[in-house]
Amino acid sequence: MSKPYNNTKATLALAKASFRSIMRSPSAVIFTLAFPLIFILVFGFLGNGGIKVKLAIAPGSDVQNPIIKALEQNTVVKLITDKEPAEIKAELEKGHIDALIEVKKNEGGQPAYLANVQYTSASIDKGSILKSVLNNLLYNLNSKDIKPSIAELHESTVQGRVYRTIDFILPGQLGFSLLSTGVFGTAFVFFGLRQNLVIKRFFATPVKRSSIVFGECLARIGFALLGAIFIILIGHFFFKFTLINGAATFLNMLLLSVIGLIVFMGFGFVVSGIAKSESTIPPISNIITLPQFLLSGTFFSIDAFPGWLQPISRALPLTYLNDAMRSVAFEGAGLWDVKHQILILIIWGIGIYAVAVKVFKWE
Amino acid sequence: MDNKNAIISVKNLVKKYDDFTAVQGISFDVYENEIFGLLGPNGAGKTTTLEIIETLREKTSGEILVNGYAVEKDAAKIKRIIGVQLQAAGYYPNLNLVELMELFSGLYGVDIKPMEMLEKVNLQDKAKAKYKALSGGQKQRFSIATTLINSPKIIFLDEPTTGLDPQARRNLWDLIIDIRNNGTTVVITTHYMDEAEQLCDRVAFVERGEIIALDTPDNLIDKLVSTGFERKKEVKKANLEDVFINLTGKEWREDN
Ligand SMILES: Nc1ncnc2c1ncn2[C@@H]1O[C@H](COP(=O)(O)OP(=O)(O)OP(=O)(O)O)[C@@H](O)[C@H]1O
Ligand SMILES: [Mg+2]
Repeated sequence: MSKPYNNTKATLALAKASFRSIMRSPSAVIFTLAFPLIFILVFGFLGNGGIKVKLAIAPGSDVQNPIIKALEQNTVVKLITDKEPAEIKAELEKGHIDALIEVKKNEGGQPAYLANVQYTSASIDKGSILKSVLNNLLYNLNSKDIKPSIAELHESTVQGRVYRTIDFILPGQLGFSLLSTGVFGTAFVFFGLRQNLVIKRFFATPVKRSSIVFGECLARIGFALLGAIFIILIGHFFFKFTLINGAATFLNMLLLSVIGLIVFMGFGFVVSGIAKSESTIPPISNIITLPQFLLSGTFFSIDAFPGWLQPISRALPLTYLNDAMRSVAFEGAGLWDVKHQILILIIWGIGIYAVAVKVFKWE
Repeated sequence: MDNKNAIISVKNLVKKYDDFTAVQGISFDVYENEIFGLLGPNGAGKTTTLEIIETLREKTSGEILVNGYAVEKDAAKIKRIIGVQLQAAGYYPNLNLVELMELFSGLYGVDIKPMEMLEKVNLQDKAKAKYKALSGGQKQRFSIATTLINSPKIIFLDEPTTGLDPQARRNLWDLIIDIRNNGTTVVITTHYMDEAEQLCDRVAFVERGEIIALDTPDNLIDKLVSTGFERKKEVKKANLEDVFINLTGKEWREDN
């Protein structure tokens, strides 16, 4: 009796119990693992390497130069040469053309050519692909030109990277998996525990409320991370999903997963609080997850949506998770590079937990 | 019953649900190491009273001390020294009995051997079964096992024998008497008067949220007899329950 009560022990006991329970719940496993994997399989087999970036060459640009030559040979880039300036401008705005390039001989001498690239905010992710394509390409071109003064170091160390559909699809599927386990999982668990008087029995023990919430969250984060690791590894080893910076990219993706999941669990808490019965949980959860599933760029870039839909897309938290995931996975960005997206996720998190605290019910 | 140390003291307890008064200013003491029964018809306020003492519901007014702790101030301390079997409760889904025991040992912050706890209520054979897959009586027995995890000073049993077969009920009485003999105070509610008579050192009759009688079963019976009460018809030497037990044996049945 003299021994002080150990909150950590209680939290961990709960996390362990919850984790076991989740692993044995078919719906959790299906939503978190099976669905995303099926989509990855389908897209993995369907589109082998199918991403194209449409790059217009500005009328009047020099075309007889090594940059354009190299771009012509690049499988990712599709050059467009037959458009008028006005046409190009309109299509850039719509995102039908992803970028515009203009190459000029440098009258001043070194370097020999100057390339101006104009991206469009209507096609940010393809723009990003192009950016790294150009970086690689220019790096190769430039290094060819360098006369080794001491030793030749750079030769063919950098390869132009290959972009596959999986590189786009996998981060989206990961986001969807996190969203569904966060919202559905959390909502069902807390509603069920309350409804079946499990929480009431807990309250007859010295456990703190915070331990109950924290233990549950720990278990769900553990489960979701396991799912994320599984999805990324399957994608990487079976479908050649690119992990640009290897382990660092992998870890960054996992960290983003945790941030996203915590926000989505907030929605789950809200649903568990406002649902009147078990059967109202799926419809309410769907109202939250479906629009994000469809509008947050799970399958294709949100730039493909009509203009009036885009503001809605840009309001949804999953959009920013997907965005950040793709930057990290596609371009090898670090977490600091996606701070803007993370910040918006955090703002969503603060908002949704403020609501959750208001509507969450213990009994 | 000489060491009349009140381990629970309830004074003028009132509980209102909106404008309905479920408990109307009841007072009683539970002495250390006794088995105290709360009896009374459905809706009398027994569960309400118990759950207020267990710190699971708020009282409207009155004063309750459990082992010297006031319910409104020291709920956490009280929870550490009591074991609670609720009239209606659920257990974490998808876990087997051993895993549930592990969970509760974590929640109470004690180290126990799950199998030993299950043996106390003869559920060792069901160790790997899910709670949902237990029979009604087995569920009750499991609930009682969970009340013993923290070696509590007081246990509260809200209709623990409802739904049990006659032998299981008798075996549970033995268990409850054992628990008491190990120094634990027991507060129990039941609708079976034979049970109350056998088990309880003192009983309180509650009706419409008021205590209408409180004494030892013996004294209450004697009082009634002294008013000239007689049973309507001579009882046979045995009753149907004796037949049941005689036919089906006295031990816990393995398969129930
Ligand atoms: N949460 C609640 N809200 C409103 N009224 C309640 C609530 N809980 C109990 N009551 C009412 O309080 C009264 C006492 O209920 P309680 O559960 O304490 O009875 P009880 O003596 O345990 O009955 P039983 O023998 O059927 O278990 C009942 O009339 C019941 O309807
Ligand atoms: Mg009751």
